[in-house]
This record gives sequence, C-alpha cells and structure tokens, in this order.
Amino acid sequence: MTQPSRRVALKVLGGTLGASAFAHAMEPLRAWSKDLSLDQFLQRHYKELTRDEIGEVIHRHEQQTREEYGREVTIRDVRPQEGVQFGYALSLSVCIGCRKCVEACHVENNHDRRTNNSYIRVLEMEQGSFDMEKGNATYEHAVPAKGKYYLPVQCQQCDNAPCVSVCPVQATWKEPDGIVAVDYDWCIGCRYCEAACPYHARRFNWTKPEIPADEINPDQGYLSNRIRPQGVVEKCTFCLHRTREGRMPACLEACPTGARVFGNLLDPGSELRWVLENKRIFVLKEELGTRPRFFYFFDV
Amino acid sequence: MRKDTHAITYPRFLLRVIGQSFEGSWRFYLWMTVLTAIALVGANAWAHQLAEGMQVTGMSDHVSWGLYIANFTFGVGLAAGAVMMVIPAYLYDDHEMHDVVILGELLAIAAIVVCLLFIVADMGRPDRFWHILPGIGRFNWPISMLTWDVIVLNGYLLINLHISGYLIYTRYLGRKPDRRWYLPFVFLSIGWAVSIHTVTAFLYSGLGGRPFWNSALLAPRFIASAFITGPAFVILLLQLVARLTRFRVGDGPIRTLTSVLRVTVLLNLFMLGSELFTSLYTGGTHGAAVTYLFFGLHGKAALVPWIWSAVALNVASAAILHLPASRRSRAWLDAACVAAFAGVWIEKGMGLIIPGFVPSTLHEIVEYAPSMAEWKITAGIWAVGLMVLTIAIKVALTVLTGELSVEPRGRADRAGTAERAGEPAAAEGS
Ligand code: SF4
Ligand code: SF4
Repeated sequence: MTQPSRRVALKVLGGTLGASAFAHAMEPLRAWSKDLSLDQFLQRHYKELTRDEIGEVIHRHEQQTREEYGREVTIRDVRPQEGVQFGYALSLSVCIGCRKCVEACHVENNHDRRTNNSYIRVLEMEQGSFDMEKGNATYEHAVPAKGKYYLPVQCQQCDNAPCVSVCPVQATWKEPDGIVAVDYDWCIGCRYCEAACPYHARRFNWTKPEIPADEINPDQGYLSNRIRPQGVVEKCTFCLHRTREGRMPACLEACPTGARVFGNLLDPGSELRWVLENKRIFVLKEELGTRPRFFYFFDV
Repeated sequence: MRKDTHAITYPRFLLRVIGQSFEGSWRFYLWMTVLTAIALVGANAWAHQLAEGMQVTGMSDHVSWGLYIANFTFGVGLAAGAVMMVIPAYLYDDHEMHDVVILGELLAIAAIVVCLLFIVADMGRPDRFWHILPGIGRFNWPISMLTWDVIVLNGYLLINLHISGYLIYTRYLGRKPDRRWYLPFVFLSIGWAVSIHTVTAFLYSGLGGRPFWNSALLAPRFIASAFITGPAFVILLLQLVARLTRFRVGDGPIRTLTSVLRVTVLLNLFMLGSELFTSLYTGGTHGAAVTYLFFGLHGKAALVPWIWSAVALNVASAAILHLPASRRSRAWLDAACVAAFAGVWIEKGMGLIIPGFVPSTLHEIVEYAPSMAEWKITAGIWAVGLMVLTIAIKVALTVLTGELSVEPRGRADRAGTAERAGEPAAAEGS
C-alpha cells in the first residue's frame, strides 16, 4: 500500500504547490482590484441610469479624483439642447498647421501628460495632392512650410458612424445633437471601434492617465473630459461640456487664424450655415458613406 | 439502465472523469507540469497587464490589435477546421473516419477555449465582462459583428461539448450511442464550423476604413486555411495518440486527411496570389498595406520576415505534400503538416491583422512588434489549450477503450469492449 499513498501525498503536494504558485502569479491583481468598488462593478449603462443615480456616480467620481489626483473637480452631466445639431467646418486655406488646437485639446480634455495625447492630428499635405500617403503627421519644422497645406483631423461625428455599429455593448452611441459619445464606465475596451473608425479619431487608455493636480481642468463633463479610467476608449466630443452651454470648443478658441467655424446646423443665421452655403465644401473619405459632420473648405 | 438514474450516474461519471484527469504516467505528469508552468507565467503577465494597463503590450492607437487578436483569428480557424474535416466521415460514410470525429470535436473544444481566452486577454476591462452577456448587459445584436461572434463561438463550444460528452458518457455506460442524440448535432456542428470562421472574417471584412481587410475574398480564404490547420493538426495528433496509447484508428483517416490537405494548401496559395495580384497591380491604398507587408514601406519593414517565412512554409508544405515522398514516409508528411500549420499561423495571424493597421487610416506608418508580456500571455493561453486537449483526449480514450466504465468490474470485462482500441499506455508505466 505504500505506492498509492505516496502517490496521493505527491498529488496533494503538487496541488498545494500549484495553488500557491497561482496565487503568487495573480498577486498584481490585488492592487488593481482595490480600486474597484462593488458599486462601480455593478454600475449600469449611462442611458439606464436615473438622474439621481447619475448624481451618485458623479459624486463617486469627484471623490475619486480628489483621492487619486489630489484635485477638486466638478463633473456635470450636460444634456443636449432641443433644436441643436452640431457641425464643424475648417478652412484649409487659412490653417497654418501650428497645432495650437492640438495643444488646447490636450489641456481641455485632461489628456495623459506622458503620451502627450490629443484628439486632433494635423497632417502636413503636399500642395496639389490630396493623397494622405504623401502627408506627414509628425513634422517638426517651422510652419507654414513652402509647398504644403495642413489638414487637421479629429472625430468627424459621423451620422453613419462605423464605431457605433461595431461596438458589441453599445458603449458608444450618437447623441440627439449629433455628437458620438462614449460611456467610459461601460466600455469593455475591446477596441473594435478603434479598428472601425476610418479617421483615426479614437484613443485607448493604455494606462491610467497621469496629470499633475495643478494642470487638471476642473470643469468636467460626464460624457466628455472627465479623467478617463484605464482600459477604455475615448474620443473628441466637440467639447460637449462647453458647446452644449453655448461656448465654443477649446480647439476653436485656440486657433490663431480663425480657420475653424463651429455652430448649429439648424440655425440659418449661423456662420457655419453661411460657410456651408457659400463655400465649396467637402468631407473626408466621402466614399465610405460615414456622413461626417465635419466639413472642410478652401477659401480661394 | 433506466432514465431516472442519470441523476446519479452522471455526477458520478463526472467525478470519475475528474479523478482520471489527475492519473497518469510520469510522462503525463511531466507534460502537464511544464504546461502548468507556462500557463502560470502567462497568468502572471496577464495580472501585470491588468494592473499596469495595456501599455505593457506593443500595441498603440495606430496598431490597436496585435498578437492576441492574431492568435484568436488563427484559433477560430483551428476550431472550425477540426470539425470540418469530419465531413468525409459522414458524407462518404467513411467508417474509419468516425473514430477521428471525437478527436476533432475535442480539438475544437480546446481551440474555442483558446479563442475565448485570447479575447479576454485583449480586453481593456475584463472586469466588465458581464456587459456583453445577452439579456444582462447591453448586447448590440444584430448590428455588431462581434456579438455574432460571441453567439457562434459559444454555441459552437456547447454543441461540441454535447457531442463529445454524449459519446463518451454512453460509452461509459456501456451502451450504444443513440444516433438521434448525436448525429443531428454533428451535422449542425459542421455547418456551425463554417459559420464561426465566416463571422470572424466578417468582423474584419466589414470595415470600410481598412482596405486591407475590406475584401470579399477574406471569408473564403479563412475557410481554406481552416481546412489546412484542422487536418494538419489531427494528422499529427493521431500519430501521437498511436504512439502514446494503444488506441488505433488505422491508416485510412490519415490518408483521407492528407488528400484534403493536398487540395487546400494549393487553394490557399491560389487565393493569396489573387489578393496579391489585385492589390499590387491596381496599387493605391489597397496596395500600400500589401506593399508594407511583403516589401516594407518608407523604410519600415517589420512584417517582411514574418510574411516571407509564411510564404516559404506554405510553399514548402504544398511541395512536400505533392512529392511521392510524403506518401511513403511519415516523417515527410509530418514535416509538411508542421510547415502548413506554422505557415497559416503567421499568414492568418500577424500577417492578416497587422497590415490592417499599417498604414493607419491617416496613412501613418507606425509599426508594431509584440512585447515580452504579449508573448508570455500568448504562450500561457496555448499552454492552457494544450492542457484542456490533453485531459480531454486522455479521458475520452480511457472511456472509449473501456478502461473507465460504469461497471464495477470494469477492469475484469474490459477485454470485451476494448477489443478494437486497446487500453491507453498512458495509464501504465508510472
Ligand atoms: S470619426 Fe471615427 S470616432 Fe468619430 S464618429 Fe466617425 S467613426 Fe466614430
Ligand atoms: S472599445 Fe469600448 S466603445 Fe469601443 S467597441 Fe469596444 S466596448 Fe465599444
């Protein structure tokens, strides 16, 4: 009988070793799960929350920002306005490629400081060509360079948005005023939307954003610039925490040349409508059928 | 045996099966220990990835899918191929092939487990897994192809679990399996196998913003390569089983599978060639990704060694399979299978996913190389898959050979039930 009992003993030993090795391997998860409360885990989709529940969630997020980033912030759930459909236009004749909008976006939207993230990318394009392959997004010389023009690209808030169609959990959707929003607390981080977007408009939080307390923009929107959690996708929201209250997007305010025109497509007196009616406008990659709300035009 | 006793015999069956998974020769223990060690390294890397964020991977906003999704895609092909190769068994009523069916089903189960683990590894927030559960979360069905994939993959897992579980359980009870309880499911699973790989191809080919994937040929190409990896793996598996156990299926199935392979390796190369011609001759945006993949673009050429290895492996396997040597010598056949398997792993893995992102949608060329963490997690997941496969096959063979059965005198009368198969050697020699 020694043979079987030795076998059993070895098995028990092996099992114990295996279990403790597993516990050891999973050790890093302890710190990670510490930040994850039950309320957070069970939180429902943005659209299923009542106003009161959103109030609670917001309170929790404000508290978290205080604890983790050492900054008092106000997060508001700004809702879309009746009779407003946002649109954006940009004059390629006027834009000089200075990337002031890129920087303003970075600051306004509480982007991660280490990666210098921004929702806007500016392509330096070759005069006489519309081939993006000849474009360059990483130019570092003085602008505007001779023989070049500049093409800033951000989320086009497509009316037929592939990113919305592909999301398996409806974590991203089109708001009534045309803005495509993301529920950062619902996204599972599969990045299917990032693969689907034809305009490189989506960003993933590869790590927890790092921002010094004094650089945090405390005026935050629930669906826009609040500090995003790790492991979820984000994108340009036309600064909905500003624009839904009648202010202009940060990128427009920062633009020194006035190349950017933002407004309500339904307002016949708006500058945006004037541009759309009087300039020769076009959209990017029209052939894909995404129906962008971001229009480009040349002045001359 | 009366029906109502299943409530007792089934749990007891499960218990004995679980007990059986921990029994074996020193070779079995060594193999499982090595796999466990690799799996643990992977688990540890995954825990780090979760805690520190996916910055530990080589992925970026430009190349936002990498090694995980590449392996996922390949795994779906393996799962589909494992079952599609049973088609000859039922279509041509090839009786010897019937014995291979169960191995195919078990391989499919292990491959699906691998796929699901790769999806979890790729998720930024696996803690929100319940968001994708139909009825509990918000399931974006039928619009999102990913929800279709969730349905077909899990459905496929269930079907194959049912078939193999039923066949093994009836054999355990010493009864003849009732055809009505498994044959319809076998046919269902064959059709379903096509669907899992088609839906997975649609995942990519439906994206208009990614010209490299946006091709109607993608789904057929996926199916063709599934018909390579499935048979190639099973040919190797059958020989291994024959060497390690006394379970025999004869030469017929290997011959059948080899003839399937001979056709599919060529078909796969042909379709690859068609894609190449269309994009390179036309040029333009579609051409840019293919040029990057095969020749590099603007001095960036990270994928070039990958894809040419794949081409070399695929061509080599096709050549060997059509040489008389592969008929005469198992060594040549095995070499062809290994080459075909590895070739498809690259071509339908890294070679398919990464060029979708390079050049990016704004035509930037940002390259990708898997990080150490990704390699560890990938190895760990495959190790888990091999563990599942090993245990599943071991249990199945012990039951099929009569080693494990409901009869208390199972050992005494096993000669009767095991005449064809013989007992597995894995249970002895420790
Ligand atoms: S630009 Fe991209 S992220 Fe924005 S709505 Fe269109 S597809 Fe979605
Ligand atoms: S990453 Fe988030 S928003 Fe994008 S598709 Fe996946 S779950 Fe939806």
